[in-house]
Amino acid sequence: MKKIHGMLALFDTAPAIYQAANTVREAGYKQWDVFTPFPVHGLDGAMGLKRSRVPLFTLVGGFVGFWTGMFIAWYMGAFDYPLIVGGMPYFSPVFPFPVAYEMTILFAAFGTLGGMFFFNRLPMHHHPVFNYEKFRRLTDDQFAVVIEAGDALFNEEETRRFLEELEPLEVVAVYEDEEAVSA
Amino acid sequence: MPRAPIIENARSFAWITDKVCGIVEGRAPRWWWIGFILSGMLASFTLMGLIYLTAVGVGVWGLSHPVFWGWAIINFVFWIGIGHAGTLISAILCLLKQKWRTSINRAAEAMTIFAVACAGIFPLFHVGRVWFGWWLFPLPNSNVIWPNYRSPLEWDVFAVSTYGTVSLLFWYMGMIPDLATLRDRVTMVYEKRAAEAKTAFAKSFEFAFYQFRRVFYGVLAMGWRGSNRHWSNYEMAYLLLAGLSTPLVLSVHTVVSFDFAVSHLPGWHATIFPPYFVAGAIFSGFGMVLTLMLPLRALFGLHDLITQYHIDCMCKICLATGSMVGYAYAIEFFIAWYGANPFEAFAFVNRAFGQYAWAYWIMITCNVISPQFFWFKWARSKLWLVWILSIFINVGMWFERFVITVTSLANDFLPANWNYYSPTAVDIFTFMGTFGLFGVLFLLFLRFLPLLAFAEIKSVSPQADVHGHAHGNTDKAH
Repeated sequence: MKKIHGMLALFDTAPAIYQAANTVREAGYKQWDVFTPFPVHGLDGAMGLKRSRVPLFTLVGGFVGFWTGMFIAWYMGAFDYPLIVGGMPYFSPVFPFPVAYEMTILFAAFGTLGGMFFFNRLPMHHHPVFNYEKFRRLTDDQFAVVIEAGDALFNEEETRRFLEELEPLEVVAVYEDEEAVSA
Repeated sequence: MPRAPIIENARSFAWITDKVCGIVEGRAPRWWWIGFILSGMLASFTLMGLIYLTAVGVGVWGLSHPVFWGWAIINFVFWIGIGHAGTLISAILCLLKQKWRTSINRAAEAMTIFAVACAGIFPLFHVGRVWFGWWLFPLPNSNVIWPNYRSPLEWDVFAVSTYGTVSLLFWYMGMIPDLATLRDRVTMVYEKRAAEAKTAFAKSFEFAFYQFRRVFYGVLAMGWRGSNRHWSNYEMAYLLLAGLSTPLVLSVHTVVSFDFAVSHLPGWHATIFPPYFVAGAIFSGFGMVLTLMLPLRALFGLHDLITQYHIDCMCKICLATGSMVGYAYAIEFFIAWYGANPFEAFAFVNRAFGQYAWAYWIMITCNVISPQFFWFKWARSKLWLVWILSIFINVGMWFERFVITVTSLANDFLPANWNYYSPTAVDIFTFMGTFGLFGVLFLLFLRFLPLLAFAEIKSVSPQADVHGHAHGNTDKAH
């Protein structure tokens, strides 16, 4: 017996998926998602998504980077091996500024990319939606709404009927991986 | 006046996917193999030059008293500068919401990364004992000494390595959705190619190639599935990386210019250097983007995605930055006179009329005069002319670095020190070889990675509008 992951409705235009996302949100579903081949402008609002928290990682990265830059210049030049060069001070916040500046950007960039992967739980090479036979179209030119079985309002029959009212190309059930169920 | 459409002939999403993916999914065209073999042969010059240099010493380059910064630093600044257009297109134009960037940003970012790789070779080998190159980084070594943070050369190490790394991250992150599309097409492509394979050898090759592509795109795509919850974080991360790359790209050539400006040499010690170098870098980079994209557009038939509008935009940026560079040349002369420093005044008169006057006038012709054609629509629409002018820009910007570096060093404060600097054959072959290296990397990119950022192109096409204004501003195309 295959375990159901959710109910998928396929659409072929951006306005249709936008309308569908609005309707699903208004119906009160919580555990659901939309799959699109490109970022559809306005869909975050239609889905009621909160603002992304990736900037937190960027901020922390930038902060750590700046102080790392300043710290290594102080530690290496003024603490571990003080050496007079050109009559300049062992340490000053001015001359290592370019180094701290670049380190700020470097760490913030890693933080941003890392934050994106963290919040998206990527890399994840297995997901039930990949089992959908037309998944290829979802990274090409079609769009889908998936209402997951874990949602409190999910009911195989009713959710199917609800999605069919949105006039999609088709509504199909998406199942979990066989191995994942037996494991 | 209606805006020119970014995608001509109102192409569908599927058409865009097929067009761009087709470049890496079809067989390599004959010109690709010819280009690849020639580039590989050319790249071997760099390899041989560097082996010879490592074996014998930096004396095999034309460096001698008083010119100890010759072609190596010129080539370094030249290649780094070329990279700047890629970051400008991907970051600054993203913040400015210039939608036309989506058709050219991927290739320009690839150009950035390969240009930085070519640039890095020169300072690395200029240190002489290249096996100690890692001393540039703040790593503990057996001499228990550390890099000197008071030196602009050390700032440069941080600036350039950060630039290379962040450009790579940005490039890769931008590619993830497109790699996912390629991944999802792998099986379909294999079925088609296997059906065409006649011999047993061809069949097993197709199978091996299929396995390679399955793993290669599968791993790189990170399991991207186009979820809008992911897109939301992804878009935010993209915007942040654009915001981080903008001060980064401006700082990189600023720090490169500090290599010169922080010294006390007449002709180098000038506060105008940072903005002047950044403008020059963007100018040279757009020259290179045009040099690369015009042939690619014709070879792959990308006329609907890289339109005359895109070419106009790039030409105008060349015109603007080229004029800024020309203005900087003029201001340098003005300040040399107005500053009333006899050494400074001499350095500039000597540039224009001294022993390197030939290089100076090549620079002026290529950098100041040639972009002025881009004022005119007829010049921008004659693509052969645009292409030739883009080559002039590349040449001119190399000569700018030659003029700055060599004229100031060769004729410094004491006339008894003066000398005439010439490169050796090793210099010339090592530099020419980097074009081969660049070509090899770029051709591999064409074959294996998506040339255009098609997910982004789709998102700016009229049919992506959720309120159904698909025919609002493309009506005139019918």
